Amino acid sequence: MTNTLRMSTIYFLLTIFGLFMILPFIWMISTSLMTQSEFNKNEAIFIPKEQYHVWEDGTQSQRILVVMDKGDSTVVHVLNKELKIEQEYLSIPSNQIKEVIKKPSLSWENFKKAFNKVPFGIYFANTLYVSFSSLIGVLLTSFLAAYALARMEFKGKNFIFLLFISMMMVPEPIYLISSYMLLDKLSWLDTYKALIVPWCVNVFTIFLFRQHFKSLPKELFDAAMIDGASTFGMLWRIILPLSKPIIATASVFSLIGSWNSFMWPLVMTNRPELRVLQVGLSYFNQEASTQTTLLMAASTFSIVPILILFFLAQKQIIASAAKTGMKD
Amino acid sequence: MKTQWKISPYLYVLPALLLLFLFRTIPVIMSLVIGFFEWEITGSGSFIGVKNYSTMFADEVFWQSITNTIWFVLFVVPASIVFPLLFASLLNQIKRLKSLFRIMYFLPFVTSMVAVSIVWKIIFAEKAGLANTMLGIVGIAPQKWLAESTGIFQLLANTVNLQLPTWMAGPSLALVSIIIVTIWKGLGYNTIIYLAGLQNIPKDYYEAADIDGASKFKQFFKLTIPLVSPTTFYVLLMTTITSFQAFSQVYLMTDKGGPLNTTKLIVYYIYERGFDALDMGYASAVALFLFIILLLLTILQRRLERHVHY
Repeated sequence: MTNTLRMSTIYFLLTIFGLFMILPFIWMISTSLMTQSEFNKNEAIFIPKEQYHVWEDGTQSQRILVVMDKGDSTVVHVLNKELKIEQEYLSIPSNQIKEVIKKPSLSWENFKKAFNKVPFGIYFANTLYVSFSSLIGVLLTSFLAAYALARMEFKGKNFIFLLFISMMMVPEPIYLISSYMLLDKLSWLDTYKALIVPWCVNVFTIFLFRQHFKSLPKELFDAAMIDGASTFGMLWRIILPLSKPIIATASVFSLIGSWNSFMWPLVMTNRPELRVLQVGLSYFNQEASTQTTLLMAASTFSIVPILILFFLAQKQIIASAAKTGMKD
Repeated sequence: MKTQWKISPYLYVLPALLLLFLFRTIPVIMSLVIGFFEWEITGSGSFIGVKNYSTMFADEVFWQSITNTIWFVLFVVPASIVFPLLFASLLNQIKRLKSLFRIMYFLPFVTSMVAVSIVWKIIFAEKAGLANTMLGIVGIAPQKWLAESTGIFQLLANTVNLQLPTWMAGPSLALVSIIIVTIWKGLGYNTIIYLAGLQNIPKDYYEAADIDGASKFKQFFKLTIPLVSPTTFYVLLMTTITSFQAFSQVYLMTDKGGPLNTTKLIVYYIYERGFDALDMGYASAVALFLFIILLLLTILQRRLERHVHY
């Protein structure tokens, strides 16, 4: 096989796989821009279009609804400008009927309708509040713990380290029931606290920061110590400015995680005004199960903020995703 | 100054440690115990010994959820290794458009399972769904997808008018639909991990193989696969653990694990017993069972890794 042929085969395969990966998103967006009847007819698979009949008798042209085709003549309803029926059961010559197809015809109303049907505004606000509150918590606790684990020697360090690792390995469904009972005992169920406080610690972020602190030159810390900087002052004035990229990466991961988390808020909250976006979306899925185009519109706008974040930081996200999978 | 040095490290780890202890360690320890109690909705429990466990082992739906989960893992895990390895080895050979392809593959991974499940549920809709439209284009009869309880192997055997014994019918087409979504969602992440693993293999190996006249095909099987095996072990372990935890897909795409319980995966069953039937003790017993399975699998894979590591 020649090199060009080999490379074109590779590109061809990669494109086919790539299209398969993004096809659901393309279809989601195109469906969200169709009217429900258009979707049900299933004629326009990807490009929304509008299809209707017009009666042209030489002097005027009017929208009509075809009732029955009788060969030479057709029975129709004539519509006025507001698309209301003006004249019922009129028989007109078939050759004066024209079919019009407009494409693309985008119905943006789906987005408006979906957004107003259930309080998605509140769901968005809740999600933002919960995501950013736990982000602040995660950054604070991780930054401090990682610093001690990377740069200090103390008794029980290895034990604490092991505890962190073992807690990271336990999957969420295992402690879901017991957490529910614990939060019930604390009277935290159905409060923002239940959604925020347990997620103010993230072992993955602690390890990410610890790795970063270990990579910083030791001289930096020594110099600061000689200058008489207190440990906390050193952390604040020297380490923090040097850690901006890693903080950004950790933040993006934490935000994506809490934006997409579903099982926990589903179980821990019940009041509609406390619903986060994913939970609200899942209730909308039950309530509007036949309104396909509205569901697609709601899915689209629930994904958009994360997509924007992803496109802004895709290099860092993909790079650190790769790193987490590597053995050191 | 000296005492300050001794106390301060603990102050630094305290916030993280406290939160982790309260909201992870305590619940995990609790979950070991809860299964031995019968919990009322009022929150008070009475000790009933191993009754939840004996009920569990006699519960047909529990065993069906285990069977479903095993099928699910058996389909998801190999596909989540083979396809990403293939994608990554192709990606590793190109220079232009590399980041564009990476973004395309990674996109499903960052989007929420909830939104993605809704979209795929509509893709699998019997009328006007994209899956059936595509089948129509290639001339295959429309399928019932998420409403189909017949096993996939039986459906294939139907085309040649063969009746398989029940145990050979395989996972229902409904479960296979959920499997497809799950594989699609995770492909990008594993691809990126493999790409990083492939980039760690020194180029000289391939150059030497080229000089020896080994074909690219042979190089892939004799060089790439063995050298990338540490990554494969990581991917195997992570994908196995995460696929045992699948929940949102079942919650959003199916009617309570139907049709005929064929999509009821173990975590969905825990949720259903705990929060629909409000039988927290029983749900916790099932959760502990899952915990033990995952623990054993982790230990087993670590053992295996020690033997196979090159």
